[in-house]
Amino acid sequence: MTAYVTHRLLQTLVVLLLMSVAVYGLIWLMPGDPIDLMVSANPDLTAADGARLRALYGLDRPFAERYLAWLQAALGGDLGYSRQYARPVLEIVGPRMANTLILVGLSFVASVALAFPLGLIAARRPYSAADNAVNLFCFAGISIPPFWLALLLIMAFSVGLGWLPAGGVPAEGGLGAEAAHLVLPVATLTLGSVAAYARFIRGETIAALRLDFVRTAQAKGATPWRVLTRHALRNALIPVVTVIGLHFGTVFSGALITETMFAYPGMGKLIYDSIMGNDFNLALAGLLLVTLITLLSNLAADLLYVRLDPRVNYEGART
Amino acid sequence: MSDAATLGVHTSLTRMMMRRFLEHRLAVVGGVVLVLLCGLCAGAPLLEAALGLDATEVDLFARFEGPSAAHWLGTDELGRDVFLRLLYGGRVSLFVALTAALAAAVIGTAIGILAGYRGGWADALLMRLTDTVIALPLLPLLIVLAKVDLAKLGLPAEAAHGEAAQLWRLIAIIALFGWTTVARLVRGATLSVREREFVRAAEALGARSTRIMLVHILPNVMTPVIVATTLSMGGIVLFESVLSFLGLGVQPPMPSWGNMMTGAHELIWSHAELVLYPGGLIFLTVIAFNFLGDGLQDAFDPRAARR
Repeated sequence: MTAYVTHRLLQTLVVLLLMSVAVYGLIWLMPGDPIDLMVSANPDLTAADGARLRALYGLDRPFAERYLAWLQAALGGDLGYSRQYARPVLEIVGPRMANTLILVGLSFVASVALAFPLGLIAARRPYSAADNAVNLFCFAGISIPPFWLALLLIMAFSVGLGWLPAGGVPAEGGLGAEAAHLVLPVATLTLGSVAAYARFIRGETIAALRLDFVRTAQAKGATPWRVLTRHALRNALIPVVTVIGLHFGTVFSGALITETMFAYPGMGKLIYDSIMGNDFNLALAGLLLVTLITLLSNLAADLLYVRLDPRVNYEGART
Repeated sequence: MSDAATLGVHTSLTRMMMRRFLEHRLAVVGGVVLVLLCGLCAGAPLLEAALGLDATEVDLFARFEGPSAAHWLGTDELGRDVFLRLLYGGRVSLFVALTAALAAAVIGTAIGILAGYRGGWADALLMRLTDTVIALPLLPLLIVLAKVDLAKLGLPAEAAHGEAAQLWRLIAIIALFGWTTVARLVRGATLSVREREFVRAAEALGARSTRIMLVHILPNVMTPVIVATTLSMGGIVLFESVLSFLGLGVQPPMPSWGNMMTGAHELIWSHAELVLYPGGLIFLTVIAFNFLGDGLQDAFDPRAARR
């Protein structure tokens, strides 16, 4: 087990390192140039000053050299300054990260809490009216463009009914106001996940219901509910937990749309704004942080899978 | 299932699949909706001529008009005909989605067959690559890639910034990340096909591996390719619309369903219908593709027990 975990951790590190090279390269290819921006913003700076600044920041050196210098500083905890906020990147990223974790965490709890009942109601009687209704809901949830869903919710609850704020975070009002601002973003993020999870839970539970031990349980006289929850669901849980774990990373990076739509100050909006605003240091750090979280949640899902299923051995899971 | 009743009668595999597909009513509806949508969008220039309108004509004295005999769905913020713009937007959105899905299918099939047939380290490497791409934060990366300035790579300005270049680049970006589902399914199918007698026979006859992969394996894994491509179409339409909505995909004045909603945050307070139409069409297209893919999966997969 330890060997397997070490192996997977190393693998994650390698992917992260490769991603840092790729993202560093891509950021360099962004339109605009930090020195040009400085020179155009300040009439006192001449082209010669620009060249001197470029040499000062090492921007005239070759790509590999610049990347290694950045990596060295980053490993020492120095991710540079943000151009837009004129503050160290790490200081900005922290609170944003917390905001996204609140948003994604709430949505995660809500999705799981809703998906299990829905999936089980559907799996209990496949192709019944209840199953068809759940199925239709799932297809709709998977297919709806998230930004359009956000707009529909704003239209209904902010423009139409006026019950909830259309976005942003409250300057005052305490916990109640904060909760009110979270309702629509969480709802937007949750609908798609509920649909995906419920569909998967339904499929896996139906497959488990066809297995021999379920028939044995039924023959013993176990109640349908007991067969469903104790025998079928327990076996379906292994793939379900894995998929939900894998999905966490997707939701985390996908929250970008929801955050942008509701002007919610999380990581996704930070990344989007920094890319649009040529804030290179911030964009780079944000992207790599989100990559790290996605990779780690995938790793956690894989480890959980190995842990839950006694039939999978670590050696086998490695290949 | 009615299989038992028809066992005595000659039934071809195709007929059986066809029947299973038709049993999936929502898939049939999805297919019909898609054919209608594609037909309408393809016929946009004809409709434009028949209505005597110009979809690109700006009329600032006729902004935000309601539906009328001349403008079936009214006019937008620049006085352009909304109905025609939706059709032209659909042409762009569907073209991008279909081309990107096709490119993704080609990449995925090549990788899947190569990994499945070669096995060993090639398989390990390619599947590790697939897992890695799946594990990446897709949306932020798509946004970065869409923003990259190709002129900095030394491309001439018109090749980097032109309208057509922007479109092809969007297609390339989506294809670059969209091939993983196809690759996985094709690899699985290849693993079983390569053990079959006709592949063994071809190997015994001394056929080269390229020939075996192209002539013997490829035709036999087309089913998962078609199913996976249809299933990934929905996601691709969504990605195109998100990128265009954020201003990083299809660039105005060329309309797409995504970029028609770019100003939505202001429009929902006054002219919500301009947001409802394009978003509704994206939703309709994506759900139709998902139903169609689900139906195809059921029809092609004999193990998918139904009823």
